[in-house]
This record gives sequence, structure tokens and C-alpha cells, in this order.
Amino acid sequence: MHPIVKLLSQRIALGLLLILATSALIFAGTQILPGDVAQSILGQSATPEALANLREELGLNEPALSRYFDWLFGALHGDLGTALTNGKDIASSMAGRLGNTLFLAFWAAIIAVPLALILGLVAARYAGRWPDKLISGVTLATISLPEFVVGYIVMYILAVNYRLFPSTAVIYDSMSLWEKLNAIALPVIVLVLVVLAHMMRMTRAAILNVMQSAYIETAELKGLKPSAIISRHAFPNAIAPVVNVVMLNLAYLVVGVVVVEVVFVYPGIGQYLVDHVSKRDVPVVQACGLVFAAVYIGLNILADVVSILTNPRLRHPK
Amino acid sequence: MNDELKYLAGRAAQGRVSRRAFMGRAAALGISAGMAGNMLASAVSAQGAVKGGTLRIGSVGGESTNSLDPALAASQVPYHNLHQFGETLVEVKADGSIGHRLAESVESTPDAKTWMFKMRSGVEFHNGKTVTAEDAMRTMERHSNDDAQSGALGIMRGIESMKVDGDVFSVTLSTPNADLPYLLADYHLQIQPDGGFDDPGAGIGAGAYMLEANEPGARHLWKKNPNYWDDSRGHVDEVEILVINDATARMAALQSGQVHIVNRVDPKVAQLLGRSPGVQVVNVGGPGHYVFIMHCDTEPFANNDLRMALKLAINRQEMVDKILNGYGTVGNDFPINAAYPLFDDSIPQREYDPAAAAEYYKKSGHDGSPIVLRVADGAFPGAVEAAQLYQQSAAAAGIPLEIKREPNDGYWSDVWNVQPFCASYWGGRPVQDQMYSTAYLSTADWNDTRFNNAHFDELLLSARAELDLGKRKGIYSEMAHIMRDEGGLICPMFNDYVDGLSDKIQGWEEDGTGELMGGRASQVCWLA
Repeated sequence: MHPIVKLLSQRIALGLLLILATSALIFAGTQILPGDVAQSILGQSATPEALANLREELGLNEPALSRYFDWLFGALHGDLGTALTNGKDIASSMAGRLGNTLFLAFWAAIIAVPLALILGLVAARYAGRWPDKLISGVTLATISLPEFVVGYIVMYILAVNYRLFPSTAVIYDSMSLWEKLNAIALPVIVLVLVVLAHMMRMTRAAILNVMQSAYIETAELKGLKPSAIISRHAFPNAIAPVVNVVMLNLAYLVVGVVVVEVVFVYPGIGQYLVDHVSKRDVPVVQACGLVFAAVYIGLNILADVVSILTNPRLRHPK
Repeated sequence: MNDELKYLAGRAAQGRVSRRAFMGRAAALGISAGMAGNMLASAVSAQGAVKGGTLRIGSVGGESTNSLDPALAASQVPYHNLHQFGETLVEVKADGSIGHRLAESVESTPDAKTWMFKMRSGVEFHNGKTVTAEDAMRTMERHSNDDAQSGALGIMRGIESMKVDGDVFSVTLSTPNADLPYLLADYHLQIQPDGGFDDPGAGIGAGAYMLEANEPGARHLWKKNPNYWDDSRGHVDEVEILVINDATARMAALQSGQVHIVNRVDPKVAQLLGRSPGVQVVNVGGPGHYVFIMHCDTEPFANNDLRMALKLAINRQEMVDKILNGYGTVGNDFPINAAYPLFDDSIPQREYDPAAAAEYYKKSGHDGSPIVLRVADGAFPGAVEAAQLYQQSAAAAGIPLEIKREPNDGYWSDVWNVQPFCASYWGGRPVQDQMYSTAYLSTADWNDTRFNNAHFDELLLSARAELDLGKRKGIYSEMAHIMRDEGGLICPMFNDYVDGLSDKIQGWEEDGTGELMGGRASQVCWLA
């Protein structure tokens, strides 16, 4: 077997194992919450008989291990159960929400990733001079502010003062793509500002690191222009660390946007999770946890795969 | 008639002058409030509502777990949704009288035990079915059912039997209750086809707007019901309710023109918001109030002298000024204010009096150990600050209060109605009887002051059976006096409903039955 295929399959198998382990952790975590599910459904009106009946109905009297495998078996077949609070099928209610979150993340990433790379390259090219300082200063400022503050500032300037974009990002199916993009303009801007600095700094650092190498010196001595050195020689060798950071930020765009979703009233999965956590709707929390874990691990596998593929030593073994 | 007043009425009808300003001007010109109100109403109808457009409401209190089942509504967004598609038998009007909706007339037997609701004919549900007395009865049956988990279950408990006779739906109570129409005006009791037994969350009722899109926790879109029976309501083509739980985002949505109406304007920013262009802040006194409650059966609060000392040691006006920023009125240690029908406004206002408080405190013989007051941020907005103000005003009377801050999580299960002295709030009820029965009758589940006064209970029950309004008012006044002088309730303030409006909204009226004109804003108002 080609060593790359072997490496890749190892990675993927490891990722799957990791998801399995996470599922066990999520399940265990929701089990050790104080009070059981029946108690939290019935709340104040809980009588001992009602509790016993509901426990029976929900299968809570089964041992935890068999409940875990039932849940896992269902999840593997796409059945995440039904929400306790409104009795709806979790998989279908979550699908729409997840779709919205991915839509927002996609457009934020489409803007943020190239922008971060370009800014990183520019900053590296002019390291220590004013373009570098300007880019670093601005991006560090936007990452240092909490997201909701960035959100409010952007909202105040662009929505209230200039009325360029709507201040709430409500989207629904009957909207055209253009209307949707207009609606999500502000959250996209905020997310871009929030994730930009990390990726930009990493790109800059990785390239400057490579620039110390002997072969860059050779290229310089050959008389190549600095921009050519960066794009032809330095950047390909800096891809691996950059991709890792990009993937981390992409994962963040999916699983970490709760605050932005709340501020802009975006109907994404973060909002969905928060609503159900406050109602102790355990099946939904478990399902969201599983999806978040899968997204995180999946993107990290992707990062590994890309860095393996970009490494010539692995691509062309002796 | 005075020309100035005519001009003003026209302006007020267009929404250029607030109703309150108009009424004030009319009073200054020596016109009675009733007459001024009539003038305004005729000016409004002369002006004519503009039809069409999409009215957008930004509301707090919506979650992805919300359902359209009227029984389950507990927060603001479901409350507003119900007012779009639903219609009740009767409603409580802004002036506190009963308005007839699906019931064309309401009568009772002289003992107030049996009530007859004659159904309006020719009204259709959104699904084309005709609204019948049978539907009304089935609706009440569903809400009486434990399984429905209805927020109106407590109201239904007093019903002994119900029957339908042609187009008359009649209710017989186990004990007389002169307030029954007020109880059946509860927003949960929207009449649904077959009582909603088939599909309670379908959003089908007989109201002005029909369901177009339902995305809980995000948005709800309602379209004008072409067959709506009442021409004087439902002026816009569409009503969109956007869930905006974040207060800053909600205000920004109003300022940026994305929504026309928002609820729950934070009193702290209300004045700032009102100064921004194209935006108006409207506030109206409601029955909601913020309270400190003592258990009358637990030492040291079992001693009425100590309770009186604590009541005299709170500075009510300071609370209204600093906690509500003026968007409220002072309380008088009983849970009723002018928002209730049959309120007696001649009861003397209790003032902050450190000298008298010190005297009562001395008389109570309390050992001087600090009195523990439990609060949490979630008890009411500004509860912790209010407790600190209270601590200072009490210290001036020589009464030591110790503030114990509790976590929000579990406050309503572990502290409220459990600990002897804590902060709390009440949203109020439509009528005095219901407020007293919910929390101050000695047998009430939520008797959170452990108030046990046989004479008070007797008065409450006798008022229920009293159809003579003058006599009932007298009974309620006597009860208020008992509550004020002997109860465990320290009621420093009644909070206003504070809503924000865009200048596109016309036809807004002062209505203290709830936020957004008791939920009726989208039916009564129109877009300029």
C-alpha cells in the first residue's frame, strides 16, 4: 500500500475512534447532571408516580450502558431521537439550523480565509515596516474585543447610522440568495473580523519562519524578487501550519458562533443548543454535542490530510 | 367645540400627538376624560386606517422550543403569536371593561353562578369551519384537562359544568364569580376548532391573521385573514414577529427601521432611545409590580410591628426613580393599582418615614440582629440594586438588613416561596379577585407571604358573588387596607410597560392591559 493511503486511513480511523470516545463522554456528561431527565421534564409538578411512569416510558430504568448503545445505534442510523420539550424529531429540526450555521460559516470563510492569507503574505513581505504594523495592529484589535462588542459597533455604524444592512440577520427559505446575503452581511463581517487575526498571524509567522531557511537565502542570492520568493518558495512550505490554523478557525465558525447568533438573531444551531440547554432537553444537547464534535474532528482530519499531502517527503517516499 | 381641540384630535388620530398628550391638553381645556376619549375615537375613525403593508414586531421571549399551542404559551413571543391568529370569547378593553369578541353578548344569572355566552354568528376559523358554541366548550374542556398543561388551568378549576344550547355556551361555577368574563378573556383561551383537540399547535383560530411561516425562535409570519369578521381591526397585509432576545439588538432593529414595534425597552435606555430620530418610546402603567415578601408565619416577620417597621423603612419614590428610571409608579403595599377595575384611589399612600419605622422597630422588640433579605438578579430587573437602596434607607431608621445574594439558577424553586424574606415580582392579573386568589388567599398555592387572615378570605369570597359594582369596590377597598396594614407584602413599585414605536405606526392607543396594547397593537395599528 502506498504510504500516503496508509497514513490517511490511519488518520481517518483515528478520527472515527475519537468521535466514538467523544460520544461516550457526552453521554456520560449528560448523565451526571443533577436530577434525571424525568425530574427535569416534570419540574415542580413531579409526583412519585408520575416520575416512575415517565422513567419507565423513557426507558430510564435500563442500565446506562445499554441506553448508551441504544442511543449510539440510533445516532449511527440518523435517528437522534425526539426533543423532550416539543416532541419534534431532532434530526430534522437540527438539519435546518445546522444548514443555516454552515451557510453563515461558508460565507465568512470565503471572505476570511483568502483575506487572512493575503494580509499575512503582505505583512510577511513588509515585516517590521508600516504595512505589517498596520495589519497586525488592526487585526489584533478586532480579535481582542469580545465578539458581541464588535457586533454592536458594526450594528451601530452600518445598520443604525448608515442603514446599509439590516441589524437582524433573520433568513428563511423563501428568500433569494441575494436577500440572504444582504441579511447576513453584518454577522459575516463580525465573524471575519474575529477569525482574521489568528489566521493572518499564523501565515505571517510561518512564512517568516521559512524565510530563515538556507534555500530562501539561495533564492535571494539568485536575485529573485521578494514577492516571487514568498509565493514560489516560502508559501508552499508554510502551508501545513497555516492549514491547521485555518481549520481550527473554520471549526470555530461552526461551533463557536453562539454569541454572534444571539446578537444578530440568526437562526443557527448555537441558538438552538442554548435554548434546549436552558430547558434541560438532554437528547437535543447530546445530539448537538455529537454534531459539534464531528465537525471539529472532521475539520481537523482534513487539516491533517492537507498537511500530509503538501509534504513532498510523504508524497514521494524513497 | 374648541378648534384647538379638534386640531389636536386630528393630530392625535394621525399619531403625531400622543394620546396621553391629547388627553392632558383636553383636561387643561376643561373637557372630561370620557368626552375627550370619544372625540379622539371619532377623529381616529374619521382619519381612517390605511390598509396594507407588513408590520414588523421585534420581541423578546422567544425560543426554538416554542409551540403555537395556546395552552403552552408562557413568554412574550407566544403571547403575541396567539393575538395574531386567535380570538377569545371576550377581551378586557383598555378602559377595563369587557369587549365582546366571539361572544356577542354575555349574561349571568343573578347569583353570578351561571354565565351565558351567546356566540357571534357567521364567523369562520381559518380552515373555513364556522365557529360554534361547541368549539368554545371544547376549548374550555381542553384547558381544563391536566394533560394540556394549560397556563389557564387555574382559571378552569372553578368551573363545575359547561353546556351548549344552540348558539349559547354556558358555564356553571362551583362558587359564584362576578369576574368570570375577565377570567375567560385570558390569552390562553383562544377558541380553536374542536377546542384544538386534533392539533393544538396548528395555529388555526378565528383571528385577524393566518399562519404563513412558523420558525420558532426566529420568526413568525402572519397573513391577513380575508374572512375576518371585524372590519375595524387587522389593517395590515402581513405581521412579522421577529424574535430578538438581545436588548441592544432589539433597540438597534427599531432604530435602523427593520422593525416598527419593540417590546420591553430597558428603562435605563428609554430616554436615549426616545431621542433618536423616527422613534418614540411609549409607556403605560400596568398591573406588574416588584416586591419584597415576608412570611407572616415565620419569626421575626410573624410580628406585625416588625413588618410595619420594614414597610415604613423603604423609600418607594427613590426606587421608582432609580430602579425604574421613572417608568413606573409607587406601590402602596397591596398588589393592586389603578390598572385594575374597581381600584380605590382614596387609600392613603404609605411614605418613607424612618422615625416611625424606628418606633415600630423598637416596639417589635427585635433583638437587633441583621434581618436577612435574599435577592438575585433574576428576581426582577435591578433587584440587587433595589435591595441595596432598601438596606440604606432601612439603616437610616436603625434597622439592619443583611443582603444575601442568591444565584439566578434555582431562585424560583429554592428561595422564592421557601425563604422567609426575599425579592420577587408579579406580572399582575386582569382583576383584583384573581390577584388576591392567586397569592393572598390563605389556601392559595402561591401564598408567598404566608398570609392567613380569616376575615380577608371571607371578604374575598363575598366579593366574588357581589354583582353590585359599588359594593364590590367597597369590599376590595377594605381588603386593600387589611393587606396594606397587616400583610407580608412590601410593594415599592409598579413597573410600566415600555414599548418602542417607529413613526410609521399609526393608531396607537394607551392600553395598560399588557405590553404592545395588550397584544392588540398589530390589529389596531396601521402603517403610515
